[in-house]
Amino acid sequence: MGKFQLITKGIIKENPTFVLLLGMCPTLATTTSAINGMSMGLATMFVLILSNIVISAIAAYIPDKVRIPSYIVVIATFVTLLQFIMQAYTPAVYETLGLFIPLIVVNCIVLGRAEAFANKNSVVDSALDGIGIGLGFTCSLTLLGLVREMLGSGSAFGFKFIEGDGILAFVLAPGAFLALAYLIVIFKKLTSKKAE
Amino acid sequence: MAVQSSFKNMSLCLLVICLVCSALLAGVYALTADPIANAAKAKNEAAIKEVLPETAVTIEEEKSITVDGQTYTYNRAFDDLGNTVGCAINVSALGFGGPIAIKVGFDVNGVIWNTKVLSQAETPGLGAKCVEAAFSEQFKGFNPVEKKLAVKKDGGDVDAITASTITSRAYAWGLAVAAKVFGEIVGTPMPLDAWTGATAN
Amino acid sequence: MAEFAIMFISAIFVNNILLSQFLGVCPFLGVSNKLSTAAGMSMAVCFVITLATVVTYLLNMLLVALGLEFLQTISFILVIAALVQMVEIVLKKISPSLYSALGIFLPLITTNCAVLGVALTVVTKDFNLGQAAWYAFSTSLGFGLAMVLFAGLREQLALNDVPKAFKGIPIALVTASLLAMAFMGFSGLV
Repeated sequence: MGKFQLITKGIIKENPTFVLLLGMCPTLATTTSAINGMSMGLATMFVLILSNIVISAIAAYIPDKVRIPSYIVVIATFVTLLQFIMQAYTPAVYETLGLFIPLIVVNCIVLGRAEAFANKNSVVDSALDGIGIGLGFTCSLTLLGLVREMLGSGSAFGFKFIEGDGILAFVLAPGAFLALAYLIVIFKKLTSKKAE
Repeated sequence: MAVQSSFKNMSLCLLVICLVCSALLAGVYALTADPIANAAKAKNEAAIKEVLPETAVTIEEEKSITVDGQTYTYNRAFDDLGNTVGCAINVSALGFGGPIAIKVGFDVNGVIWNTKVLSQAETPGLGAKCVEAAFSEQFKGFNPVEKKLAVKKDGGDVDAITASTITSRAYAWGLAVAAKVFGEIVGTPMPLDAWTGATAN
Repeated sequence: MAEFAIMFISAIFVNNILLSQFLGVCPFLGVSNKLSTAAGMSMAVCFVITLATVVTYLLNMLLVALGLEFLQTISFILVIAALVQMVEIVLKKISPSLYSALGIFLPLITTNCAVLGVALTVVTKDFNLGQAAWYAFSTSLGFGLAMVLFAGLREQLALNDVPKAFKGIPIALVTASLLAMAFMGFSGLV
């Protein structure tokens, strides 16, 4: 697989949200607006890239039986780092995403990539894989956030284009499930056509 | 690829990883502690200035006062000549999704200058609208002695947010508490007609 | 007493962990194909959340006393992982029948964000130990309720003719959306 493909596969072929269906909790919870979705995606990407790099570098020295706890500690360290950095320099974003920043630790995407990719590939490839999957996750969250924001509050990236309120349900929980369902269906349709 | 597992290398490996990670975190924690504190302080000061008249230039250190067994914190502010311009009081009211922290600014006459929600967990699109100007605008210049800090449904003068009576009630109640605290701070309890209505909550 | 009752109702119906806070959605979509597995998973989660919350609550007191709050996330997840392992070992010894019912779900629970989510929420909420345990228990019951209801719906759904593109996860998400809408009806309850 070429280096370039490592990055692009995460966006379409192995899109973590629409194809692999991983990391559903932050996907549904933080996409009340496009900006929120994007912030969550970028935060996850940060952790994903760093943990991929470190895990691929140390994987060879870790005894097999304690590999998962070791990975979790590494991931948790980067998540806590991210928490401090966000609290210090982007406190507003930190407050909006709230609980879901520490919960990146249990995001299946991060541990999943460590186990499935980083521990058997080189540092450079793992970093690229982190960028690719991270980009895919960020794009999907931004898209879902954009859809929900447009329908739910009649704005895009914070700019209002209709007067008054949108369909409130789309900002709330039911709309999150519904919007995600339809995006997955559309994604499936588009990619299956491409394959034919 | 991976090393053979034995009890010794497993514990050693976990120990080393935990130590390195803790050390790293301790370092970054020490580095970011100041920026985090500064960010929180800047946010608090910006909020104080927002709820008080523009003439407020110096903000006094935070003080606390106990009213009815509850402790409240507040900051007084002065203009460039050293005259008191007002007082910003922190209150917390139980809303629908949890506590709503509100900063309430009073001018010297005990009239509400402005209010600001510091944190809330109300339902987006419903109660969360309490942070929007459309709701909070009505409290600018609200005199708690002349008007009653309770939603219209409860016989007060506050316009509730549509379909969010619990949030609006909590907000009005929080402001009424702040008014009472303000009275205690200046030493002359306010003749609050609103108070009786608000405590019923 | 009233306070506990309100907390109970609010955690189960109004702020349902799955349908309004989106914690633990992975097992919600993953193991809700059959009613029996969903019920087993819910019981395991209920047990672990309550236990983990009590332990992390005490651990947090220790961390605060030592001024080590910055190790919160990392120590919580390790404690949860260790706890899950321990529960698995103890259960295997003490009650093999319960183990065979819950056993396969236990390893999955470590990465269930509901467990870490509840543990982290509790320490930000100024609860005392009793309230914390009760909150965790009510919340996990809410998880169980949503899980069992959803699995029941999905069992029925499997017999229906669903458009091809919607098969599998998408139709499950649509169902979840309707269920979430139904739960919104509880909004004015507390």
